[in-house]
Amino acid sequence: MADLEKFRSETRAWLEQNCPPEMRKPMTSDGDTFWGGRNAKFSSEPQRVWFERMRDKGWTVPHWPKDYGGGGLDGEEAKILRQEMTAIGARQPLTSFGISMLGPALLKYGTEEQKREHLPKITAGLIRWCQGYSEPNAGSDLASLQTRAESDGDDFIINGQKIWTSYANYADWIFCLVRTDPAAKKHDGISFILFDMTSKGVSTKPILLISGYSPFCETFFENVRVPKSHVVGTINRGWDVAKYLLQHERAMISGMGERGVGRPLGQIAADSIGADAQGRLDDAVLRSQIASFEVDEAALAAAAERAVDLAKAGQAHPAFSSAMKYYGTELNKRRYEILMSAGGIDALEWESERSRGGARPRAWLRTKANSIEGGTSEVMLGIVAKRILDLPGA
Amino acid sequence: MALILTEEQSMLRDSARGLISDKAPVSHLRQLRDSKDETGFSRELWKTFAEMGFSGLLVSEQFGGSGLGAVEAGIVMEEIGRTLMPSPFLATSVLAASALSRGGSEAQKAQHLPKISDGSLLAALAVDEGAKHRPLQTSMQAVRSGNGFKLTGDKALVVDGHTAGLLIVAARTAGSAGEKNGVTLFLVDPKAKGIATERTIMVDSHNAARIVFDNVEVNADSVLGEVDQGYPLLEGVLNVGRGAVASEMVGLSEEVFGRTVTYLKERKQFGKPIGEFQALQHRAAQLYIDIEITRAAVLKALQALDADPANAGSAVAVAKTRAGTTATLAVQEGVQMHGGMGMTDQFDIGFFMKRARVCQELFGDSNFHADQLARAKGY
Repeated sequence: MADLEKFRSETRAWLEQNCPPEMRKPMTSDGDTFWGGRNAKFSSEPQRVWFERMRDKGWTVPHWPKDYGGGGLDGEEAKILRQEMTAIGARQPLTSFGISMLGPALLKYGTEEQKREHLPKITAGLIRWCQGYSEPNAGSDLASLQTRAESDGDDFIINGQKIWTSYANYADWIFCLVRTDPAAKKHDGISFILFDMTSKGVSTKPILLISGYSPFCETFFENVRVPKSHVVGTINRGWDVAKYLLQHERAMISGMGERGVGRPLGQIAADSIGADAQGRLDDAVLRSQIASFEVDEAALAAAAERAVDLAKAGQAHPAFSSAMKYYGTELNKRRYEILMSAGGIDALEWESERSRGGARPRAWLRTKANSIEGGTSEVMLGIVAKRILDLPGA
Repeated sequence: MALILTEEQSMLRDSARGLISDKAPVSHLRQLRDSKDETGFSRELWKTFAEMGFSGLLVSEQFGGSGLGAVEAGIVMEEIGRTLMPSPFLATSVLAASALSRGGSEAQKAQHLPKISDGSLLAALAVDEGAKHRPLQTSMQAVRSGNGFKLTGDKALVVDGHTAGLLIVAARTAGSAGEKNGVTLFLVDPKAKGIATERTIMVDSHNAARIVFDNVEVNADSVLGEVDQGYPLLEGVLNVGRGAVASEMVGLSEEVFGRTVTYLKERKQFGKPIGEFQALQHRAAQLYIDIEITRAAVLKALQALDADPANAGSAVAVAKTRAGTTATLAVQEGVQMHGGMGMTDQFDIGFFMKRARVCQELFGDSNFHADQLARAKGY
């Protein structure tokens, strides 16, 4: 206990000294997120300084082992670091699918060589990863994917198409689900494989979304040659890796949104709508919606904290991330419905400096994907019903 | 602090669950209701509670108690919620013990707390006056008279008011309804002249009373805490009560949910268990998620009440709001998914629905607490 208190005070002092003031403000645009990668650019000098200091400390991924470039912190220490960063509003120095998705899967299923090859490049922000899961005909029914990987000596030759590949056009490498045994039952012939996006035969095409942004791509593979040693886990047992990774992806998505940071929604609403003589938001129905929202938001934050503590104590249900994914994404959609209502006419401008390029309506539209990506809300409820409640299969 | 129970707390839960599920299953409440029992709870079982150290759970060891906190009180309340056991635990061991421990003089503590610990004193907190819980609107008058005060006014939903040997009464010594200043808490003997107590038979077959005070004389020694400055003390005590009732609702919700999921697996229509239908699966999953999130929010509030009671208000408001909406959803889905059986008195599920409605109102419903949170956040 005394050790943890010492760790807390040292961490607080270090953050105070090393986190630039600019990196303690809420993020306002996509450029405020640093993703790393071969072509990474820093949007500001403080962003670079903050990233490099955290990287050198091993705190881009504080809970991974030091051998792989992490900070080697145990669960309690990592929690303290998170709390101290939240307390000063410190931004994440590095965001990536390598950290939130591939890393956990490699730590569990990767060979020692694969871990040493890939993990340090993730923690150092050198390689940016994308996820090749969904296909045009394999969405909620992901296991029906058709991208083929045919054996050719020590290599696979990959042909097919992925869709909704987030930031594929910026990614350096992909972790990809491919069918290695077309004769097997659909869950049994899939492998989980890694390859370089600059490989011959890989091409990407951004998809324009309702937000006006293109965070997702179509990704095409035409005779892409990949060594068999790039398979993670056992050939044809990739579904196990895929599912394990999805648990982490869902945990990450449930944590999206600016939970509990910045000003309360009710005050943001009062800025544009005004307040009555007693200081109450001058829209009684919206005020009540906001209050209910903030109750649920605080409760979800407690549940997220508890989920981590349960996992640490070995008491967590492996499918619980589906429950959190469902609730977190639906809540984030509610947040943006409220923000749009609070902003009123001002939140309708799509292109102006005043509206920062329509930041709010674009973000609002972006949240609609939250309950689709990484497994739809309906799929999440189905998983909870079957795997946690043990209700009979349809 | 980790947001899970410690080993000691898990052991407490197991022993409370063992006792309560064995001695006071839902049939116990049913029997008390059907026999129109005058006490409305089992005095025998209350003795056992005292022997196991539950009645003095929040009382310091100095006064014969266990010296435990809100988390532990919540654990017992959750088990009470699972079987809907009518028990003096809430009014006596949570509310009165908190009020006396926090606000009492050494003499008051020495007089009452050991009796709460050994189970010989039952107490009740009289706060509510109107149809809704509005402690700030307290308007019952306490007028100075000689060395003491005279109390006049009506109190409602006084939990266990009909059996209490000691009343803790919120009244106004100054100011007017809506003002924090001027509220004072009094320790009152329910047998005092001018008190008329009417036991109210409630929808949930639990215990409550309306109490009318007509120029009831109390002396200066009966003031709990400071004259005119009782509101913060009252709020602090109510917050512990809110955390406790929220825990009761978590237990209640989880029990209803467990019974409902079992029914979904057993009941067959169209040649298969109704739990195979996606329409029901998704609703069951949503309810499960709701309960889990509420459980975390309630434990968060209980820990806050123990760690930093002066700043626990928002966490408590979140917990009581969530527990109320979750329990309301749980009992409605419970009855609906049990179909016609859920509407019968013979089935227990209706008891849970009735109790959930009362728990909503106790110490502020979900609307009240969501509003409190909004005010605290400045909108």
